[in-house]
Amino acid sequence: MTAACAATRDPQAVPATAAAPLLAVEGLGKWYGPRLGCRDVSFTLHPGEVLGVVGESGSGKTTLLGCLSGGLTPTTGRVAYHSEAWGPADVHALPEGRRRLLMRTEWGFVRQNPRDGLRLGVSAGANIGERPMAVGARHYGHIRARALDWLSRVEIDPARLDDRPASFSGGMQQRLQIARVLVNGPRLVFMDEPTGGLDVSVQARLLDLLRDLVARLGLSAVIVTHDLAVARLLAHRLMVMKDGRVVEEGLTDQVLDDPHHPYTQLLVSSVLQA
Amino acid sequence: MSADAITFGYLDDQTKRMIRRALLKAVAIPGYQVPFAGREMPLPYGWGTGGIQVTASIIGRDDVLKVIDQGADDTTNAVSIRRFFRRVTGVAATEKTAEATLIQTRHRIPETPLTTGQILIYQVPIPEPLRSMEPRETETRKMHALADYGVMHVKLYEDIARHGRIATAYDYPVRVNGRHVMAPSPIPKFDNPKMHNAPFLQLFGAGREKRLYAIPPYTSVVSLDFEDHPFEVQRWDRVCDLCGAGDSYLDEVVTDDTGGRLFVCSDSEYCTTRRDAGHRGPAADSTAAGALGATLSAVARDRTEDRA
Repeated sequence: MTAACAATRDPQAVPATAAAPLLAVEGLGKWYGPRLGCRDVSFTLHPGEVLGVVGESGSGKTTLLGCLSGGLTPTTGRVAYHSEAWGPADVHALPEGRRRLLMRTEWGFVRQNPRDGLRLGVSAGANIGERPMAVGARHYGHIRARALDWLSRVEIDPARLDDRPASFSGGMQQRLQIARVLVNGPRLVFMDEPTGGLDVSVQARLLDLLRDLVARLGLSAVIVTHDLAVARLLAHRLMVMKDGRVVEEGLTDQVLDDPHHPYTQLLVSSVLQA
Repeated sequence: MSADAITFGYLDDQTKRMIRRALLKAVAIPGYQVPFAGREMPLPYGWGTGGIQVTASIIGRDDVLKVIDQGADDTTNAVSIRRFFRRVTGVAATEKTAEATLIQTRHRIPETPLTTGQILIYQVPIPEPLRSMEPRETETRKMHALADYGVMHVKLYEDIARHGRIATAYDYPVRVNGRHVMAPSPIPKFDNPKMHNAPFLQLFGAGREKRLYAIPPYTSVVSLDFEDHPFEVQRWDRVCDLCGAGDSYLDEVVTDDTGGRLFVCSDSEYCTTRRDAGHRGPAADSTAAGALGATLSAVARDRTEDRA
């Protein structure tokens, strides 16, 4: 595992920080009426970089992810995204049509519960084919071939291509969701607890798969998790959140091996050792 | 109240004005579903309340009305709607497609080609083509606004994956004027090509869902498909058993309990006209065909009396 970790965090894999950041977040805050979602979040994400966001339940992780991906409108601050097609853009100033298009081409969103991210009434193939079809793919044979290719990439038996996801196990559904999100080759993927609710052996395989795909496709990602092992395995950098604020930020190993903030120290020392 | 204030037909003036405004908007934006304040009609939802409101708002004293249901002039729904309009407007009714100025329909476009000046009014049960893929109305409206129609192809993909071909046989989704995806009401896809660049006006009314939409004359109506699975209409390897027509939509009629069946035109007026002109189908002389023909003639006699 150590070797694999080192491979993911190979300095060669992370492009020079001199390149324009993919995502630049400034003073982001979200209030739900009088209640705080998150506040004063600022960071930049460069191409090929994976940022982990950890913190306890209710610390504003999911709110932050919602604001980043355009699903929620922040109360303060701005999110700038450097698009391949249109150059720099303020995510929340984009018209809704553009934002939807982004979600289907340059972005992806992996939800914690695969049943929220999948279309359960149609086959696995149609689920994977939805994004290509949404951006104009109109050749059934090609769409199907692509779906088949992605099923094997996420290690699902190709014979299940025409089965509905409702008949899949939880781990398979999550892998299918990942295939559905990655099929259009996004540059930036948001993941909300991608391994939540899965048993440990399935989690391990899913993490392996994710790490492999992220490294091979050169994806940038923001991964929200409460599981420090997931963060250590996937993230280059880590942000620790508590009560809606970022309390500590740094390289993953640095934060986990030498936590400074009392809350981070508590978090790290709370991990159960099997 | 003076006699002038009593309006022609069934609906009051305000309602007609409201529906006509909605219709103008519908014609201006082909395929767009215009909400309207649907009224209670003297028959249940699902029996054509939307189509009746459209007909009642545009019908005039000089109009000649034809009503069809499943292609036939003599089914219960068609007969009662025709009687209703005869009673409340007194306009002439006909079963001759060529003579009619207004045709209210459910399930079919007549086989006899319609011409300029004729208006075809559809009764629509489910006006939203995206409904089966997206249950939320707020979301489907947004999808229409953004022309975000990828999910329609997901539905067709699923058809091919499941059945080896696009098995959707009726209410087959179309794209109108290169913009809005529209449900053509439950007409068989056999009739879809007749909507494309048609010289006549097509109006759609959904009473329960309270939506109107329209296709103005000479508007492009393209059925959705895949490059390697192009749109196709139904075909039969036989002709109408009564009139021998090879170009019409055929209904299967079971005639006895020993496997006997006839295939006959679903458009009863088309079939009758052809038989009157001397065309004979392969089973025209069988007992079953004789009985069927007699029934059609009897109903036609009823209609003549109804018209008188």
